[in-house]
Amino acid sequence: MEQYSMNLTLKVWRQKNSAERGSFETYPVKNISSEMSFLEMIDVLNEELIRDGKDPIAFDHDCREGICGMCSMYINGRPHGPWQNNTVCQLHMRAYKDGDTIVIEPWRANAFPVIKDLMVDRSSFDRIIQAGGYISVNTGSPVDANAIPVEKDMADAAFAAAACIGCGACVAACKNSSAMLFLSAKVTHLALLPQGHPERRTRAMNMVAQMDKEGFGACTNTGACEAVCPKGISIENIARLNREYMMAGLASDK
Amino acid sequence: MLDSKIPSGPLEQKWTDYKGHVKLVNPANKRKLEVIVVGTGLAGASAAASLGELGYKVKAFCFQDSPRRAHSIAAQGGINAAKNYQNDGDSIFRLFYDTVKGGDYRAREANVHRLAEVSVNIIDQCVAQGVPFARDYGGLLNNRSFGGTQVKRTFYAAGQTGQQLLIGAYQALERQVALGNVKMYSRHEMLDVVIIEGKARGIICRNLVTGELEKHFGHAVLLCTGGYGNVFYLSTNAMGSNVTAAWKAHKKGAFFGNPCFTQIHPTCIPVSGDHQSKLTLMSESLRNDGRIWVPKQKGDKRKANDIPEEERDYYLERRYPAFGNLVPRDVASRAAKERCDAGYGVGTTGQAVYLDFKYNLINKYGRAEANKLGIDNPDTETLIRLGKEVVKEEYGNLFDMYEKITGENPYEVPMRIYPAVHYTMGGLWVDYELMTNVKGLYCLGEANFSDHGANRLGASALMQGLADGYFVIPYTIGNYLADEIATKPIPTDHPAFIETEKQVAGRIDTLMSIKGKQTVESFHKRLGKIMWEKCGMARNEQGLKEAIVEIQQLKKEFWSDVKIPGSINEMNPELDKAGRVADFIELGELMCKDALNRNESCGGHFREESQTEEGEAKRDDANYSYVAAWEYKGDSNWELHQEQLTFEVAKPTQRSYK
Ligand SMILES: Cc1cc2nc3c(=O)[nH]c(=O)nc-3n(C[C@H](O)[C@H](O)[C@H](O)COP(=O)(O)OP(=O)(O)OC[C@H]3O[C@@H](n4cnc5c(N)ncnc54)[C@H](O)[C@@H]3O)c2cc1C
Ligand code: SF4
Ligand code: FES
Repeated sequence: MEQYSMNLTLKVWRQKNSAERGSFETYPVKNISSEMSFLEMIDVLNEELIRDGKDPIAFDHDCREGICGMCSMYINGRPHGPWQNNTVCQLHMRAYKDGDTIVIEPWRANAFPVIKDLMVDRSSFDRIIQAGGYISVNTGSPVDANAIPVEKDMADAAFAAAACIGCGACVAACKNSSAMLFLSAKVTHLALLPQGHPERRTRAMNMVAQMDKEGFGACTNTGACEAVCPKGISIENIARLNREYMMAGLASDK
Repeated sequence: MLDSKIPSGPLEQKWTDYKGHVKLVNPANKRKLEVIVVGTGLAGASAAASLGELGYKVKAFCFQDSPRRAHSIAAQGGINAAKNYQNDGDSIFRLFYDTVKGGDYRAREANVHRLAEVSVNIIDQCVAQGVPFARDYGGLLNNRSFGGTQVKRTFYAAGQTGQQLLIGAYQALERQVALGNVKMYSRHEMLDVVIIEGKARGIICRNLVTGELEKHFGHAVLLCTGGYGNVFYLSTNAMGSNVTAAWKAHKKGAFFGNPCFTQIHPTCIPVSGDHQSKLTLMSESLRNDGRIWVPKQKGDKRKANDIPEEERDYYLERRYPAFGNLVPRDVASRAAKERCDAGYGVGTTGQAVYLDFKYNLINKYGRAEANKLGIDNPDTETLIRLGKEVVKEEYGNLFDMYEKITGENPYEVPMRIYPAVHYTMGGLWVDYELMTNVKGLYCLGEANFSDHGANRLGASALMQGLADGYFVIPYTIGNYLADEIATKPIPTDHPAFIETEKQVAGRIDTLMSIKGKQTVESFHKRLGKIMWEKCGMARNEQGLKEAIVEIQQLKKEFWSDVKIPGSINEMNPELDKAGRVADFIELGELMCKDALNRNESCGGHFREESQTEEGEAKRDDANYSYVAAWEYKGDSNWELHQEQLTFEVAKPTQRSYK
């Protein structure tokens, strides 16, 4: 890949804290190498801002390897930017060319209030997990791991759902701010494994109830979530969640 | 003075005997005892969940927005356990022996044996939680091999093993949060330990959202705060990984063990420019199927695929025929450096070697698949197509990651890799019970020094973190807390809390009032450069002495010229970073001092003065068979304590992987 350098215009959402209103600020950035990651480009801008005595842009990030789920930027109308199956920390500047304008916003959803600039509060996701996203087993002496064989296809499908990094891009992409893709990934992961069966009925019910309580919207099957999910979590999981939920409803009616 | 509290009796009986005789706390009393867990990676989340289940009142802290984000999430390759599911001759003894040998005889036998014993429970526990490990067609668990071993004992979930294990521990933790047994404080950073009458009784932390300082009491405090590889600026660690919690404890009296023992991982994506903010690991598991080579001809500028087979130097296979590409990390890293320094490196910088999958893709996987499908005499194209599918299933996400970062497709061209800082074997000194020399202050996971000696074997950090949290601390903490049941919770207006908080606030004020010209980041980069050049893959007396002087100067400059924007009582990531970098600077000096003191080579610590004729690390057991435990004595001043290591079972020999 040939390396090249570019000048860009950034329009970035700045908001001092959750109480104050935010607005866009425009920043030119120069001599950006195509080999930089997107966040390294922001690092360069932040260093400049600090040197000029200004407040750097606050944003969440940690692993910079696409796995911790912390980074969260809404770039030119798309969570995590233009690449498929990608987080913004893995986005590299060769996705852009000289002269481009890039608009950067935080995730926008009632259940994800802005903390500062591009940083939002996603603790609602933790509370959804608290409502039932686990298998109730204490540390101790469970049976030997190989005493529970799991069909390879099932295990692979459970793994595919468990790959969710809890980033919240699905919510940010959804016009209803629904958290169904996130929630369905967890329900699917646990429902496909025999270890997860005993709590199947209560799990889906309780997690959905918590999601509603947190102020996430309803799912109208537009599929925007699946299209932006960095881990390729399939919308089929939502269908499974609906089945689990109905099963749970039937069971509790009797 | 240093009592490691290793139980007496034969090695394989120690842990069983210990558990049989350790003091217990009855359920009613557990509810009256409060435990603080700082850090919720694998070690901390597993500890907090398990202690919550037992009935202790737990408060857990992390600096990210959720415990699910801890750096453990990034671990790729796998976790070891002596299950012997493959029937290839593995056993608890072998895992113990490999780990002691891999650590170049600088770890405690008793700790390592316990680790090997509980490794089997970890896999059972994780499967019960729903961790989706890789399975074979019969539905049973699959294994792969890792460096430094000749058996297949590594359990994995594609290239996302750390993620799946952490999600398992995180879910167990969230369940305890829901039950009210654990209270979770995210976006909180611990900035000091509170010590009352010689015992750890709480912490001071900063709420990273509001900037407020908070005081929290605990009958015991557990630090599970990860490693300090970011002292080198560039490493495979997450951006936020830091030494602050451990360093504050150190300055409050906890000894720091073997600080210079750093692991440089052989297979990382090379640096591409000055803008580089971190380095990305390509899992060791790739060395199962990737062959490492450089051109036989110096400065060969041809493209990798244009260099014919006979002009390639598979230097690991050449130098170490018995282990080949699977030699331990320290050996593989030094061998790569040796080739690059000698002018055989590849890529634009010449600081890289090839990791090539073509051979095994075709000959191992392609052929096996063709056999399965009954294709006779398959052509190369068919073999490549079939092999690719298998490689994709095993390592797909790693290959994708490589392509995103470099823009090159590793199915077509070999990866370019170079060693990078990855893990720190050193850490707070702890005894057999994981307690530091400060009473009631424990240290778990990568943050302690205990199990890996001078070099950690691949897939053993996840094992140690979960061993400490699930299976060791729930027993050992009882031995201390049993004598604390009469201690009432100490109110946080106690003078010790007030005084410690005042010190923390004072330091923050000082940092903010410097108002200098240089950014925190620029200091961190400069520190990293000194550390990498003079305390990195190879070290010598002169370089280390220079480094100490340079770091002392850097420290002065930092405290007189650092520029931190914003203010104290608000979210201020630059201020958080400034505090961490200030601690890294002090740690860097101690690392150099430790490396200078240890005038031998062992594991990841390579003193140029101490090598064999073939350039391998040469230990000096007569003089250095000890843990170096450093006591803080004030600014740039430390006193060395030695814990002698004795080997009753795994008798030290010069490591050989030939
Ligand atoms: C890229 C990569 C791949 C790896 N792959 C493998 C592998 O395949 N197999 C293997 O065995 N090992 C692997 N390792 C090593 C392994 O992942 C780590 O050693 C291990 O996960 C560390 O776990 P931990 O719980 O000790 O710390 P961490 O996971 O680092 O957690 C630290 C915790 O402490 C918190 N914390 C830190 N400081 C403070 C503070 N001051 N206040 C409050 N909270 C604080 C953090 O928020 C976090 O919750 C890998 C490491 C890397 C970098
Ligand atoms: S489902 Fe996808 S987009 Fe949603 S939180 Fe999980 S990984 Fe992120
Ligand atoms: S920073 Fe971890 S996923 Fe992007």
